[in-house]
Amino acid sequence: MQIKGIKDGILVRLEMDEWDIQRGELIDQINAQETFFKGAKLALDVGEQVLHAVDLGRLRDELSEKGITLWAVLSESSITRETALIYGLSTQLQAPRVPSTRNSGGLPIEGEPALFIAKTLRSGNKIVTKGHVVIIGDVNPGAEIIASGSVVVWGKLRGFVHAGAEGDEKAVICALDLSPTQIRIAGKAATAPKRKGKPRAEVVKIQDDHVVAESWRNKGRL
Amino acid sequence: MKAQVITITSGKGGVGKTTATANIGVALAALGKSVVCMDADIGLRNLDVVMGLENRIVYDLVDAIEKRCRLRQAMIRDKRYNTLFLIPAAQTRDKNAISPSDMIRVCDEIRPEFDFILIDSPAGIERGFRNAIAPADMIIVVTNPEVSAVRDADRIIGLIEAEEKDPVRLIINRFNPSLVKRGDMLTSEDVLELLAVDLIGIVPEDESVLVSTNHGQPVVLNHNSLAGKAFENISQRLIGEEVPWMNLDGKSDFFGRLSRLIRSGRS
Ligand SMILES: Nc1ncnc2c1ncn2[C@@H]1O[C@H](COP(=O)(O)OP(=O)(O)O)[C@@H](O)[C@H]1O
Ligand SMILES: [Mg+2]
Repeated sequence: MQIKGIKDGILVRLEMDEWDIQRGELIDQINAQETFFKGAKLALDVGEQVLHAVDLGRLRDELSEKGITLWAVLSESSITRETALIYGLSTQLQAPRVPSTRNSGGLPIEGEPALFIAKTLRSGNKIVTKGHVVIIGDVNPGAEIIASGSVVVWGKLRGFVHAGAEGDEKAVICALDLSPTQIRIAGKAATAPKRKGKPRAEVVKIQDDHVVAESWRNKGRL
Repeated sequence: MKAQVITITSGKGGVGKTTATANIGVALAALGKSVVCMDADIGLRNLDVVMGLENRIVYDLVDAIEKRCRLRQAMIRDKRYNTLFLIPAAQTRDKNAISPSDMIRVCDEIRPEFDFILIDSPAGIERGFRNAIAPADMIIVVTNPEVSAVRDADRIIGLIEAEEKDPVRLIINRFNPSLVKRGDMLTSEDVLELLAVDLIGIVPEDESVLVSTNHGQPVVLNHNSLAGKAFENISQRLIGEEVPWMNLDGKSDFFGRLSRLIRSGRS
């Protein structure tokens, strides 16, 4: 097991083994260094371990009883990453950079990574992440997304979204159907008004110091 | 014979889980199925009361799990149907007396002998809930058509999905057409559209539910009750029969759209 201090707390990297053994060793380690771990923010690198909701839920509860906040789970397994997201845990320590690509015209196109989630977020689901978020599905009342970048919802947005949560006023929120709900961009909050008529795709952004929602017209830029 | 284990749960308390368990149990027995109704709401037992069997209790689920009796001894045969049994919850024990693996073991022991095992679950996300869903092959979530109940149902459905315990079926209980008409209650469409799970029945608000509960006579036994009829329909759907949707709000067009909604849901 490797333990190191990082900017966001403590990172623990587990040796590959069966999950029960990994978990046991982690707990033993924590018990042995109680004062070091107490109150810590913990990021856990589980390697290829496949973790399901029960496993992670149990571990998170166990850790929180010891006063430790599990905030990130790093893994090569996509199942584990998905499980982590269900519990609102981060799956990366910071937003990675993607290399720029060249299109056929030879102009460099800069891309930025986003967290992609192809499911509906239900009440109680909470996503906190550095970077952008793309949801294919709805965001139901009681669900939350807090992202340092922009948030795109290919579905109905009825939960709480905070884009540009670290102060980026260029961040936007897009949704196919924006129902009355609290949204925030950077330091500014707004309540989406009740819509009249058919749902329409909208983009919410900060313009002249105000949060405004406008229907989507493809102008090629925001 | 290998029983299907169906857990009946909810996000919010008091929405009608126990009522649904008792009535679906009785209706399935009336259809000739062998059924065990298990009360997993440890410490808050009342399935026995709703089924009118409380004064026959000798042993309970926790006694069987802690081996103070055999499982068979904790099973109470119903007064009306000899293929219907109740395993009562313990009255006083705390919820930690049982673990998810205990529940799986108990169900596996009786699965070969029955068609259905119905588990009346505690509400919410406590440990008791995890116990109750652990052995489930299907989970029925009960909600009322009311904002806070639906919000809690959404949460619980998220948890069930996260535990990979699908499929989830939905019962909308205490549906009140006159309140919907006045716009004071969510429509079934609102509820289904938000929760996005398959509906298995809408049960109307019906005061005969309360009356029959007080007499320990589940309302399905009352053939004049609309709620009773709705529970009967649910039971028929559980054994794979197609039953037309009851016309509860007089807007026939709604039910046409409803069946479309169901078909386009997950299979
Ligand atoms: N369809 C209905 N119409 C009228 N009353 C109902 C209906 N369903 C349940 N009730 C009443 O609601 C109360 C709570 O029901 P119960 O089944 O005990 O809920 P839970 O098990 O979810 O806590 C009971 O008093 C019951 O009689
Ligand atoms: Mg109950």
